[in-house]
Amino acid sequence: MEKTKELQQIESQFETFQILNENGEIVNEDAMPDLSDEELKELMTRMVYTRIWDQRAISLNRQGRLGFYAPVAGQEASMIGSQFALDKKDWILPGYRDIPQIVYHGVPMDQAFLWSRGHYGGGQMPEGVNVMMPQIIIGAQITQTAGVAMGLKRNDTGTIAITYTGDGGASQGDFYEGMNFAGAFNVPAVFVVQNNRFAISVPVEKQSAAQTIAQKAVAAGIHGVQVDGMDILAVYAMTKEARERGLEGNGPTLIETLTYRYGPHTMAGDDPTRYRTSEEDDEWEKKDPLVRFRKFLESKDLWSEDEENKIVEQAKEDIKAAIKKADGAPKQKVTDLIGFMNEELPQNLKEQMAEYKEKESK
Amino acid sequence: MAQMTMIQAITDAMRCELKNDESVLVFGEDVGQNGGVFRATEGLQKEFGEDRVFDTPLAESGIGGLACGLSVTGFRPVMEVQFFGFIFETFDAVAAQMARMRYRSGGVYNSPVTIRGPFGGGVKTPELHADSLEGLMAQTPGVKVVIPSTPYDAKGLLISAIRDNDPVVYLEHMKLYRSFRDEVPEEEYTIELGKADVKREGKDITIITYGAMVHSSLKAAEELEKDGIDAEVIDLRTVSPIDIDTIIESVEKTNRAIVVQEAQKQAGIAANVVAEINDRAILSLEAPVLRVTAPDTVFPFGAAEDTWLPSYKDIVTKSKQVIEF
Repeated sequence: MEKTKELQQIESQFETFQILNENGEIVNEDAMPDLSDEELKELMTRMVYTRIWDQRAISLNRQGRLGFYAPVAGQEASMIGSQFALDKKDWILPGYRDIPQIVYHGVPMDQAFLWSRGHYGGGQMPEGVNVMMPQIIIGAQITQTAGVAMGLKRNDTGTIAITYTGDGGASQGDFYEGMNFAGAFNVPAVFVVQNNRFAISVPVEKQSAAQTIAQKAVAAGIHGVQVDGMDILAVYAMTKEARERGLEGNGPTLIETLTYRYGPHTMAGDDPTRYRTSEEDDEWEKKDPLVRFRKFLESKDLWSEDEENKIVEQAKEDIKAAIKKADGAPKQKVTDLIGFMNEELPQNLKEQMAEYKEKESK
Repeated sequence: MAQMTMIQAITDAMRCELKNDESVLVFGEDVGQNGGVFRATEGLQKEFGEDRVFDTPLAESGIGGLACGLSVTGFRPVMEVQFFGFIFETFDAVAAQMARMRYRSGGVYNSPVTIRGPFGGGVKTPELHADSLEGLMAQTPGVKVVIPSTPYDAKGLLISAIRDNDPVVYLEHMKLYRSFRDEVPEEEYTIELGKADVKREGKDITIITYGAMVHSSLKAAEELEKDGIDAEVIDLRTVSPIDIDTIIESVEKTNRAIVVQEAQKQAGIAANVVAEINDRAILSLEAPVLRVTAPDTVFPFGAAEDTWLPSYKDIVTKSKQVIEF
């Protein structure tokens, strides 16, 4: 496709925003977010923790002890950097891979495991934890985000709604409708597209003629930015800016984070060797978010192997405890589930409730 | 009491609830200044402001998502699907999102959304404006499906729908919008969802129906009376869940029944009613329960509507078949 100069000009404006390069060097001093040493260390702690959690989750899945799981390794900076920029009361509308964000937002880990296992306890968000259940339908969370953000604005809460999808999600009609509604109503919403390059197996190049996903914001008349998704400082800074923009009444923002998922799409039989090369994997591993942030922290004398090992051990212990707790969740009964259908049971469900009570009592 | 058309009763119900409850929001395509393409929201924006009654961009899925998102932040959206044939564009938001909200969250969240939309044949609309899609909605656990047949019912049912804490699909038959007036109280009142109404008492046969077919059935009952057949007409009013008790009580009295729907025969509400009668009252029956429906084609082109739609004559014929069985 030969693109006109005008189109090329528009597309070229969406340059990748970066603060920390692959070597752990600050390349954009002016944009450096105002984070204390403790906060910087906390970012690293969470990334290390999440990497271990991902490894454990994969192994638990292989043992048949977890259920549905979508690996996150490679995407830690995108996930954790964006969540870290939020206020505790902000709303998250996650996709099914976005479990680290919701756990750091207050969903207990054992509950995340219950969600993986297909247990209703996984969706019972604790009071005050403003998180929707991870979305399965690609894009449905995006139109809902416009609604949640409108609700937050109407209630004058001073909070925003943030949602996550992937590069494939950016092809959905709901992606555009959600952004367009949020823009038309000027509500405080942030749309994060974690462009991990593959929608299951289909490469991002096949999703669209657009050179970037960020530029799709232009069609909705909202702000769009492409960020190095392996750079936690860049993701944090842009999310924070987007959050403030929304709250100041200056519209929603689309953030595209360039990232990579090292693992398969999910643990349900996906084999990445069918659609990508090991060279590509290697190339992306060089950009690893943990490696570069570790280098950065070490250069500031803020990180040590000892510290990291402690986090690894802590993560392992926590996961063990969380799985144990999840194992203790009550066995699901059909009668519980019938009870969750409506506020008041209609006659058909009342009858079916009685039928299943009888069955379950045997 | 005022004399109101069904559309006036619908507007009045929204007015009552906008007045009663700050969390009620009315929105959709052209519902603001224009008052809706059928004028269902006439005057509401002027009375309650653009903040509460507003136009949305032209995208049904976006409207559904907006309603769903608002509903979990404490609002009670009344969204209009401009013509119910456009529900496909937002079916996910209704059937896969709102309808599952309570279940997916183990009872933590709920989605009190009213999804209003005009439907129904006989007004010669373009394609995909008039289809009877209530069967599709009724197969969706978690949503109630309400279809009023009179202005009085329309107001009471819509107020109940808006106050319901779960999603309610509220379908407005276009042919009934302005076809007649009814005494409608100016004050608020509710009609319980899931309760049928016996629109005509009779002892020889039960005609179970809803929507515009209530009127065709009442006309058929008058015809049947000339032949000495005393038909009872039950208006379901809510097609999901259906009021089984009222149906069974009537069938046990008349021992004969037909089910009438404007929708196609396959699957659907009438099939469900027949199954419930079989399950619960088969030994009371003197004859098979027959159905009067449209044929199993897609909704027809405008010029063929009149022959495609079931008529009161079809109801008379089918009733006699059952009586003479």
